[in-house]
Parts: sequence; C-alpha cells; structure tokens
Amino acid sequence: MITVRDLHKTFGDNKVLCAVNYHIHPGEKIVVVGPSGSGKSTFLRCLNLLERPTSGEILFDGQVITDPKADINKVRAQMGMVFQHFNLFNNLTIMQNITLAPTKLKLMGEEEAKENALKLLTRVGLVEKADAYPSSLSGGQKQRIAIVRSLAMNPKVMLFDEPTSALDPEMVGEVLEVMKELAESGMTMVVVTHEMGFAREVGTKVVFMDGGNIVEENTPVEFFANPQSPRLQEFLSKVL
Amino acid sequence: MEWLNSVWMKIEAAFITKDRWMLYLKGLGITMEVAIFAALIGIVIGTVAAFMKLSVTRKGKPSILAKIANIYIDVIRGTPSVLQLLIMWFVVMKNCHNGILVASLTFGINSGAYVAEIVRAGILAVDKGQTEAGRSLGLNQFQTMVYIVIPQAFKNVLPPLCNEFIVLIKETAIVGYVGMSDLTRVANQMTSTIYEAFTPLIGAAVIYFIIIKLLTILLGLLERRLRKSDNR
Ligand SMILES: Nc1ncnc2c1ncn2[C@@H]1O[C@H](COP(=O)(O)OP(=O)(O)O)[C@@H](O)[C@H]1O
Ligand SMILES: [Mg+2]
Repeated sequence: MITVRDLHKTFGDNKVLCAVNYHIHPGEKIVVVGPSGSGKSTFLRCLNLLERPTSGEILFDGQVITDPKADINKVRAQMGMVFQHFNLFNNLTIMQNITLAPTKLKLMGEEEAKENALKLLTRVGLVEKADAYPSSLSGGQKQRIAIVRSLAMNPKVMLFDEPTSALDPEMVGEVLEVMKELAESGMTMVVVTHEMGFAREVGTKVVFMDGGNIVEENTPVEFFANPQSPRLQEFLSKVL
Repeated sequence: MEWLNSVWMKIEAAFITKDRWMLYLKGLGITMEVAIFAALIGIVIGTVAAFMKLSVTRKGKPSILAKIANIYIDVIRGTPSVLQLLIMWFVVMKNCHNGILVASLTFGINSGAYVAEIVRAGILAVDKGQTEAGRSLGLNQFQTMVYIVIPQAFKNVLPPLCNEFIVLIKETAIVGYVGMSDLTRVANQMTSTIYEAFTPLIGAAVIYFIIIKLLTILLGLLERRLRKSDNR
C-alpha cells in the first residue's frame, strides 16, 4: 500500500532521516517506536508529505506521490492523520470539525456528511458532543473526535503520531480502545507510540527507529522477546 | 470672581462668539472622515500586503510578492508621514484638489504598512497544528486559510486594528499642512483670530482626548468579550 524508497530528510545540516526503506501492506498495523528525536514524527509526516522528503521516493497505491506533479491534496484525502496535540479546529463545533473536509472536498453532501458523522460519533460514544466546541472537551474526548474526523474521510490508511502522549494517564485507555477497535475493523495503520502494550497487542509489525534509520523490524512477539541489535536491547531495557 | 470672569470671557471668545464652536465641530468632522476612510483603505491594503508577505515559493523562500510588500512597508515606516502627505499633495496627486481624498489615501497607504504587520502577526499566531490538520485532511492551502486560519486570526487582529484606528485619529492632525481645516488647524487658526492661544488649543486637545478615551474604553470592552468567547 505504501512503499518508501531511500528516503532522506534534512533540516539545514541536520540529517533527520537517512536512507529509509520500508513497505507497508494493506491491513497491516505498523507500530513505530524509538527514542525521542530519532525521526519517528518526521518519517510519519513524510508519508503524507506534511514534510517534503529531501530525496527518495514514496509510493501510495502504486502512485509516486513524491513526484512534483502528483496531486498532494487528493493523496492526503485518502490518508488520515492523528496528531499528538489533537489539532481540532477551535473555531468550529465538533460536527463542523468532522464534516468540513468531506463537504468542502465534495465527497459527500451536507446531509450525508452529518449522518456519517453521527454514526462515527456514536461509535466512539460522543454523540452528545456534536454541537460543542473543542475547548469544552477533555483531552481524551478531543483525541477520539480527531480520530473520527479523519475516519469521516474514509481513508485507506491512518497515521498516528503519539496520539496518547499529551493525555492525562486516565484518558489514555479510552483512546487506545478506539484505536484497537479500528485495528480490528481492518484499517491499515501506522502508529508512533510509547505504549508498548499497544504495540504488543495490536501491532502486526513493530519497527524500531534510531538516529534517522529503521534499525530493526519484527513481529511483536519476536521484537520484544528477541531483540537483535544492542541499541534496541538498550532501548527496551529502559522502557519495559 | 475677577479671575473666573476672565476665564469665561476667553472661553466665550474661543468657542461661543459667532458660533465658533461650529468651526471646531466641522474640523472634527474632517478629522474623523479622513481617519475612517484611511482606516478602511489601510485595512484593504494592509491585508493584501500581509498575504503578500506571507507568500513563499515552492522551496519555502520569500516570494517576489513578499519582497515587494517588504519594500512598501520599509519605505512607509522609514519616512515621516508629513513628508508622505506633502509628496502626495504636491507631486503624486497634484491635479487632484479633493483634500479628503488625498489625505485619506495618504493615511490609508501609511496605515496599510502597520496593518500589514498586525494581520501577519495575527495569522502567524494561529497554531501551526491547525493548518497541518486542515492540510492532512486534503484541504488545499486556500481552503485551510479561509475556513480555519482566518476565522481564528480575525479574533487576534480585531483589537490591534481598533487601536490602529485610534492612532490614525491623532495622526491626521497634520493635514493642515495641505490646507485642510481639521480640528487641529481650526484651533490653530483661532489663536490668530482671537489673539489668544491657550483656550482654543487646550479646547481642541480636550476634544481629541475625549474621543480617544471613549474609543479606548470601547476597545477594552471588545477585548474582554473576545477573551470570554475564547473558551466557549
Ligand atoms: N521542522 C523542523 N525543523 C528543523 N528540525 C526539525 C524539524 N522537525 C524535526 N526536526 C528535528 O528532527 C529530529 C527528529 O525529530 P522528530 O522526527 O520529531 O523525532 P521523534 O518524533 O522521533 O521524536 C530532531 O532533531 C528535531 O530537532
Ligand atoms: Mg515525535
């Protein structure tokens, strides 16, 4: 579904990603872990071109999206992204947050988008918040809405950048629960997180990034039971 | 008693004899007219200049438009407004004898340079995450601006824009240089009519002060309203 070839990204002289290669198959749940500053966010943000790769190729459904002629907006409409800080639109109600993109991009009519939003809100247990503004919600509620907002576009893949890192501990569970359900529904997911339990339980592959590279990749069981590289062993000894 | 009487006579001469207060009122009218037109022109020019200044090339460098806007802002901020007014009146628009028009344009162009910075700052103050979320959903840059960033920036810029209008009211006091009878010039001319400077000048100052104080109070109320609606 997504192929990354020889991806490089530099900020000034700072080489953040160095020759990253990876392939994501439909239905996979890739969990990306690694120390802070290792380039996880940058990698994720390159996948939907929020960051422009310095060099290398990214293919999405067979299309070379790093080609300057590719229609980025069309590509992004098919990839959901959930941010650490939720980034709900502060000037819009929850309902408007969810229906804005589908209606403005003419994927759905006003009525259809609203119906769809209500269905999704029911799924995450937040229908009664439809007319509220983001500032009146808790962090956990905001993040569940952010997930719904992305899902309203019927994306082919969902990218998560530390979706629970900005949450109070008691709210982490409700967000992970929604992500778990999403995974069970067959969604292709790439999740950057520090939640090792989630990686173990939901991931089909776990990827360890360090120093701008994918250092190791394995099934969750092998990843945690038999880490190969010393750097991963050291990382796991710290976080587990 | 004697003293009070002489004060009253001065006030009478400066404001009441021959309905002179009408002159101040007319002067105030011209002051406000120029300030209002200039503010409107300034908002239009300043908003355009702000977006020019924010525009970048594909590689993320400032665009040609941004450079043009920068030159405009630099020139306006780097020269005295009296000179800008004289240049407009005697050079650029020397065939136009409509003082209000020339003055409004001059101050509008002048104010635009400051409004540009206000609008630019207001847009940059909107969290980058808002834009990223919009773009990640597939909205283009224009749609993200119109539906998400600008509505939030509007709240940021409203108070400083009102403040800019208040500043303009005082700034226009130099239109006397090109022969317009605004409040300041009326007071100034009155000093030579009645051979007494204190009363008409202080009188004009009091009028400016009251108007500006009133507007400042209104601005304070507006700011409080906006802050309240922040956590709606
Ligand atoms: N927009 C940016 N401009 C400059 N440097 C950046 C930018 N974004 C990230 N970096 C740098 O890239 C490195 C990797 O960052 P990031 O991808 O956020 O790591 P992680 O998500 O693994 O913590 C860091 O050194 C960070 O300072
Ligand atoms: Mg990160």
